[in-house]
Amino acid sequence: MSEKTILQAQDLSKNFGGVKAVDGVSFSLRRNEVLGVIGPNGSGKTTLANLITGFVKPSRGKVIFDGKNITGMAPYKVADLGIARSFQMVKPFYQLPAFKNLNVALLSPRLRRLSGGRFGDRDAMAKDLLEEVGFERDSWVITHQAASLPHGYLKRLELAKCMALQPEIIVLDELFSGLSLAEVASMVPVIEKLVAQGKTLVMIEHRLKELFRIADRVIVLNFGQKIAEGVPAEVMEDPQVRGAYLGSEAEE
Amino acid sequence: MAQRKERIDRGIKVRSDDVFALTSWREMAYLAFPRVVPVVLLFLLGAVASIYWERVLVTTCMFALLAISWDILASAGMVSLGQALFFGVGAYIAGTLNHYFGISPWLTIPIATLGGGVVCTLVLLPVLRLRGIYFAMVTMILPLMIERVIEATKIFGGTEGISGLNTLGNVHTEFLVAAVMVWVVLFSFRRMMSTDYGLLLKGINDNDRAVMSAGMNIYYYKAQALFLSSAVGAFAGAFMTHAYQFVGMPVFALDYSIIPIASVAVGGAGTLAGPMLGSFILVPLSELLRGLGGLRVVIYAVILVVCTVGLPEGIFHYLSRKYNQFERWVKVER
Repeated sequence: MSEKTILQAQDLSKNFGGVKAVDGVSFSLRRNEVLGVIGPNGSGKTTLANLITGFVKPSRGKVIFDGKNITGMAPYKVADLGIARSFQMVKPFYQLPAFKNLNVALLSPRLRRLSGGRFGDRDAMAKDLLEEVGFERDSWVITHQAASLPHGYLKRLELAKCMALQPEIIVLDELFSGLSLAEVASMVPVIEKLVAQGKTLVMIEHRLKELFRIADRVIVLNFGQKIAEGVPAEVMEDPQVRGAYLGSEAEE
Repeated sequence: MAQRKERIDRGIKVRSDDVFALTSWREMAYLAFPRVVPVVLLFLLGAVASIYWERVLVTTCMFALLAISWDILASAGMVSLGQALFFGVGAYIAGTLNHYFGISPWLTIPIATLGGGVVCTLVLLPVLRLRGIYFAMVTMILPLMIERVIEATKIFGGTEGISGLNTLGNVHTEFLVAAVMVWVVLFSFRRMMSTDYGLLLKGINDNDRAVMSAGMNIYYYKAQALFLSSAVGAFAGAFMTHAYQFVGMPVFALDYSIIPIASVAVGGAGTLAGPMLGSFILVPLSELLRGLGGLRVVIYAVILVVCTVGLPEGIFHYLSRKYNQFERWVKVER
């Protein structure tokens, strides 16, 4: 494992009954890199995110984070080490106002450790974070019940929740799905800022055009297997990838 | 021309949500009124009631505690159908300590409260991973199981139970202890739910996976909520044991699981005060209907249905909305 590698997946596999959701996927993630994970529906992208963050225990293979074997570790321990994740289905804490949603994440033991045993003013910290992801600080939106927020705001909230943890790695599961072009365009600078701050990102995405603007490297999954890896432009030239996305003539 | 009901927070509510409330008598009174009046009212009722109705009030307080304990659990995402488990475990701990070791009720009740909390938490620890209906099924079955175990093994007096236990003194003492306990539990837990700790419990209720991915061990927090809830339930059980001077298999009966849930449905879930209000309506009502004989349950059920259909949000939510907001019809252009 080289100096710059922060996360390594070795031969990760997960079977649900007879279905091989993820089948022998290996990759390594360099510090401060944006790795895109793409592939058709049902190709195992979300399962891969679940395997890394501990929500699903692998049938085979290993996950190594910062030289430490975290395979099969409980999700809260993985998060505590510094791997935050967002969920594809946004489900905020419906009863709470938007900024109070972040207070839950701000209570985490990891933050107390990082700040030397103090929590600080959580309400102010939450509002700062929301401003960073594009909420207007003094508007009514942040004090409104999360249940009544529109989808675009919920996605931003989801990202802010990940950032609240001050993680090393953020795994974003289809952050851009369901957003309008304008909304995505306003999210991209937020992501770029995170990269500038030295975070490492794993982005599972269907919105290829936007992803390719940000991603340094892309891996492509199909039926649970990794079929290609490389810089975005190269990967899209790969005949196997084109086949997976468009259907190849040979298969028919 | 369509119409829409508009609800606006009263200005005084908006202001008194902050510390500035302390600058004006009017705003302080606005805050104090809904809290002080019920407290005074309960103690007044206890003072003027006959011995019979004072006993009913004591029972009501205990059902209110059970309903509050149900609501604490539900706020942390655990729906229970077995408050009888907490009630029964507390009752048996207090009963056996008093009968076999001759310990005074003033000690057995606190011991049973803490002990009951610990025992119930340990028993339910393995099923904390279950959610929703699966957790509910387990909690419903456990008290019924314990009942059969006591029947079969004849421990703690078997089907006969243990009678002739000591009381706390007279019914006035019992009422005072019960009423003070209800208010202490209600106000302290309402306070707790508005701190960041309460926030965390509500977060687990809404989306436990998101709390997990924030690096928090949700089972640790769920166990804490379970302990708090079962300790409150065990207190009610221990207290009733000494009030009836008897403990037996009926303490695990379905009544102690169902009436708290009915109270929550009538009063309004998630507020702690709602469930308490619910039991203060349902339990005395059931006493009032006693004269009707066989039709009592039917009338009771009809009232319950009318209440829940008429005010599905619960009486407490309705009252607090009327108190804190004014409503008006506004015309909406299509």
